[in-house]
Amino acid sequence: MQTPAPFGYERATSLDGAIAALQRLGSEARVIAGGHSLLPMMKLRLANPEHLVDINNIPDLEYIEERDGEIRIGALTRHVDLLASELLFERYPVFRDAESVIADPVVRNRGTIGGSLCQADAAEDLSAVCAAAKADVVIRGTDGERVVSMENFHVGPYMTAVGAGEILTEIRLKVRPGAGSAHEKVERRAGDWAIAAASVCVWMDGGTFADVGIALSAVGLTTIHLTRAEDLLRGKAPSYELFTEAAEIASADCSPMADGRGPVDYKRHLAGVLTGRALRRATARALNEEA
Amino acid sequence: MEVTMTVNGEQVTRDVEPRLLLVHFIRETLDLTGTHWGCDTSNCGACVVLMDGKPVKSCTTLAVMCDGHDIRTVESLEKNGELDPIQQGFHELHALQCGFCTPGMLMTTRALLDENPNPTDHEIRTAISGAICRCTGYKNIVAAVHWAAEQERQEV
Repeated sequence: MQTPAPFGYERATSLDGAIAALQRLGSEARVIAGGHSLLPMMKLRLANPEHLVDINNIPDLEYIEERDGEIRIGALTRHVDLLASELLFERYPVFRDAESVIADPVVRNRGTIGGSLCQADAAEDLSAVCAAAKADVVIRGTDGERVVSMENFHVGPYMTAVGAGEILTEIRLKVRPGAGSAHEKVERRAGDWAIAAASVCVWMDGGTFADVGIALSAVGLTTIHLTRAEDLLRGKAPSYELFTEAAEIASADCSPMADGRGPVDYKRHLAGVLTGRALRRATARALNEEA
Repeated sequence: MEVTMTVNGEQVTRDVEPRLLLVHFIRETLDLTGTHWGCDTSNCGACVVLMDGKPVKSCTTLAVMCDGHDIRTVESLEKNGELDPIQQGFHELHALQCGFCTPGMLMTTRALLDENPNPTDHEIRTAISGAICRCTGYKNIVAAVHWAAEQERQEV
């Protein structure tokens, strides 16, 4: 039987209340939202927070809306709602691609986007999606809000820019013209973590890539941001040769470890193949040519 | 810490440790042993109950997180001695052998039919993709859900 070690529990009913509790309880306190990453780690005693601050009862943290040229997603928004959102699908179809293969529908009823990002597990899909989308995240503490880019959000395996006494409140995605995006994942069985996954967002301008975002899941200690491939593609027109070259960069620039899901050379190969596929699909969507 | 929730239509208040998982609260504190405790890792789906009408894995939910919520377990399906159509479907089409996964399968597919009265094969298979059956295989389970859906459509 797996049971977490004893901990103190506080139920927050407002964002300010949650932040005050986190401040008071110090660095050994953790936020719990859906709990579907944190509780399994607590059962295995890989995480041993002394206190949990439950944010499920905070109103107005679950939303997906478009405002001021941005899609804004509340941190407590559940996977099930990210999957179903037509607004998100229209602007960033990469989310529906990813959400349809994140865990299973029952887990998706509880798990949240904020929890996924804050868990900072390199195998988790939404971290790659948000990195590829060049999202910003809003972090709030007693001194107010700060906005951090995804580039600076994950500071190491299972470590984020969210400090003690702070809480992630919102994810922001810019609405830019000529957008297309896609997520490609290979898993051993339904609902499993990725063997490898690639997220791609492209922004086309007159037949060339105005900007590109590419990130990989599960093939390194953290989400891999493929900046070298992004630099290669920017300003160029899509072509088979170009995508092949980007895929080769993906295979070279990831750093997978051998485990039950496969050996290193296989994972490198897979990262390349999935990057190529996601690039083709994202570009086809941007050009309204998806098969 | 004190927790109050509605379980199968009845309000219950108990004093529990914060680390008590919902599955153990249901089985041991409330003695409702219909909900099964399976893999303990949110993979197998045997422990699925409905929280405010949506299926959740009770092995990965703290009882204290359910304060103020509505929980339904497999015991709530039968009403006045009459089995729920989904239970009848599992019986009619031999959708269980050992029965260990059945409570979770029933609650997961009950929630599916509440939301989608006419699901396709693919929709049923997606809905139960987080539930593992190791003996019947899934064919009869899918058929049983179709059977229940058909029954319910005829009743309306």
